[in-house]
Amino acid sequence: MSRAQARATVPVTIDGRQVKAVDGERILDLARREGVPIPTLCDLEGLSVHGGCRLCLVEVGEGARLHPACGTEISEDQQIRTDSPTLRDHRRRIVELLFAEGNHVCSVCVSNGSCELQTLATETGVDHIHYELEHPRHDVDASHPLFSLDRERCVLCTRCVRVCDEIEGAAVWDITQRGGESRLVAEMDVPWGEATSCTSCGKCVQVCPTGALSRRGSATGEMRHDPQIAAFLARAREHGEWIDRPPAPNGDGPRSGPKAGGS
Amino acid sequence: MDLRFTDAEPTAQERDLIEATVPRVEVVEHPGRVVRGGHDARSQRHLLLPALAAVQAGIGHVSEGALMEICRRLTVPPAEAYGVASFYALISTEPRPPRIAHLCDDVGCGPFGADEVIAEVQRRLGPAGASTDGSGWARSPCLGQCDRAPAAYLQRAGQEDAVVAGADVSDVDHLVAALDDHPVTAPAVTVPQQGEPGLRLLARIGSVDPTSLVDHRVHGGGEALRRALELGPDGVRAEVATANLRGRGGAAFPTAVKWDAVAAHDDPKYLICNADESEPGTFKDRVLLEGDPYRLLEAMTIAAYATGCRIGYLYVRGEYPVATRRLADAIATSRQAGLLGDDVAGAGFAFDVELRRGQGAYICGEETALMESIEGHRGEPRNKPPFPTDTGLFGRPTVVNNVETLLNVTDIVLEGGQAFAELGTRDSTGTRLFCLSGAIAVPGVYEVTYGETLGALLERAGGVTGELAAVLLGGAAGSFVTAEHLDVPLTFEATRERGLALGSGVVMPFDAGTDLGRVVARIAAFFRDETCGQCVPCRVGVVRQEEALVRYLSNGRETVELELLGDIDRAMTDASICGLGQTAASAVRSAIAQRLV
Repeated sequence: MSRAQARATVPVTIDGRQVKAVDGERILDLARREGVPIPTLCDLEGLSVHGGCRLCLVEVGEGARLHPACGTEISEDQQIRTDSPTLRDHRRRIVELLFAEGNHVCSVCVSNGSCELQTLATETGVDHIHYELEHPRHDVDASHPLFSLDRERCVLCTRCVRVCDEIEGAAVWDITQRGGESRLVAEMDVPWGEATSCTSCGKCVQVCPTGALSRRGSATGEMRHDPQIAAFLARAREHGEWIDRPPAPNGDGPRSGPKAGGS
Repeated sequence: MDLRFTDAEPTAQERDLIEATVPRVEVVEHPGRVVRGGHDARSQRHLLLPALAAVQAGIGHVSEGALMEICRRLTVPPAEAYGVASFYALISTEPRPPRIAHLCDDVGCGPFGADEVIAEVQRRLGPAGASTDGSGWARSPCLGQCDRAPAAYLQRAGQEDAVVAGADVSDVDHLVAALDDHPVTAPAVTVPQQGEPGLRLLARIGSVDPTSLVDHRVHGGGEALRRALELGPDGVRAEVATANLRGRGGAAFPTAVKWDAVAAHDDPKYLICNADESEPGTFKDRVLLEGDPYRLLEAMTIAAYATGCRIGYLYVRGEYPVATRRLADAIATSRQAGLLGDDVAGAGFAFDVELRRGQGAYICGEETALMESIEGHRGEPRNKPPFPTDTGLFGRPTVVNNVETLLNVTDIVLEGGQAFAELGTRDSTGTRLFCLSGAIAVPGVYEVTYGETLGALLERAGGVTGELAAVLLGGAAGSFVTAEHLDVPLTFEATRERGLALGSGVVMPFDAGTDLGRVVARIAAFFRDETCGQCVPCRVGVVRQEEALVRYLSNGRETVELELLGDIDRAMTDASICGLGQTAASAVRSAIAQRLV
């Protein structure tokens, strides 16, 4: 942030309010600093931008063109609108589409109460799924001694892929196939427990927004994620500061201290 | 990064195929893990897709051992390489029949003979994916052979891939024999207007020998480059600006604006020729690539000279084997002749062309997905901005032009931008290629000066066979129009005014006997199969759209499905990352609005 603040500030308008933005920063960062809420799902501080969930779309300029706040840099005199009937409609639709794509049954989910999709549904006012539910059928991958993967709850946000690549440096995960067949897989589609590149660091579990990745043996509603770990580690690595951090809610996952971050 | 590989080993044959594509870089390996891959190995990541394609072409699938060997050489994590390999329809990570006939059942072939062929092939070779003595088949999206439907693309391990079409496919004996081992000779490239005066882009198609640099020169090749060198880079860009040349790939963006933006940047920067033509109903670029490859290389050289790019990538559709081979030969010959290399034509500037083959993914025709594909990643589009002219291939400024757009450049430099701008209308200058197929008397690629109406174009092609029901204009991402639209001039501005788009120049009429419901459903299925899956509105939307459409068609056109379709349409059109999702509802919407289904 100190480097960013050294850059020039430029005036922009966000929801009718004139504010000063740092030249080159993302609309999302500006909005957060200004206390303007924009819903997000795939975005996570500390990781690279994905831009896939489209929940953070905002209207930019006279023509109200839609741009993702996570992947769009501000520019001088930009007019940004973060809330409108159109945007609310789109956000609700996107959350609905996600619910229709997977098996998101909150009452039996390990992440009930600690699920960003669940929170988004509340925030965007989803009270009914208009689309036919797809009811995908995937086996739960419980081959790992500490964690498990339930692909029926995966929203393909790629946070796990990115945290494993960019912070842990193990590159265990990726998406295979494409379109509606897209699936999260470990290495070349091996059971997680057989993935020799996995360091069992648990960062993927911590950043997962839903109950797709969880600590093995969690009961319904018992899983508590800790997505802020990504930002903490990214900052710590950048500045060489490994300040003590309270342990993760489950007591597992990466601890603070110089050993965090794997190799 | 600490990469771990399994000990899966390639066979000797797989190793040889990889060796030929990926030069070995010193990699220090401890048991089970690479300690130092080094920058040299990682910087070859762009060879990932060519390496996968080489193994696929040689063996018929990419085994774990082959994939692991590629990962070791390029220091790519196995998960990423697997994600890339599984993204492309022409690459298989599982064993499959070594010989596969990809049978087009898309809008240009399905109603025009392919359905019967597929039924007969199924009777002989069993269900799709099964192997009968090493032969199998699969359904395929449009293969860009619509003027000679029905069409098949033959992937044959260890042999050259090939395309057969028309009577050679309808005669299933011939098709199955060709799949086995018969060499397939490419038919001569022809266009219906051959010999007509006033042709520009098509002027040499059918008369110039596409395999001969000498014949290219005999037919005036090289003159445009000489003129460009006289004009200088700024002069060439000024002529292109005066010509008001706009992109022919679908987005109609002013070419000079892209060129000026990239010219202003420092090296390294790149030129990309987008030859990944795969919009259903489109085959103009195939005709140009097969019929006049040297002219394209000359046009690319001029574009590179005008923008200061030293490296050009020519990304050609994987299902175009004839075009690929002719381009590869033309590039090699041009290098020998000093027309590509460190000192192009002795003029003191460097430019070379790398040929890349797509591997079966419509989305890679989207310019940023194409760049991801070249870089060795999954073909997923990037958010824009930043635009490729600032941050493109390998993060550097990049010009991306379609084949037809680039070919216009040779005439523009030869006759001047002003003369070009006088053709057509004020906003649509020059000529335009249209791909006529379907229920039309004389299918093929037609070149007309901008301004001709849809009706006149159909008459030019001999008229619609049977009673006109609808015309698919602009491709699967375009719209259906009816007899009411025959008076529309085919220009950017006139089509936009009527809420239409020229897209990639598809003009596909259907007669009253065609089941348009099936045609529209096929378009919905096309997008379901071709979405990359990166963004939610498109990934989920195209699946839901197809389901709702099929229910709408079979359940007596219920209003509830219409509401759902409208809802999905809005989400995809407004909220998707790229043009695929933004146009995936267009044809469905237009068909329903005009009560064609």
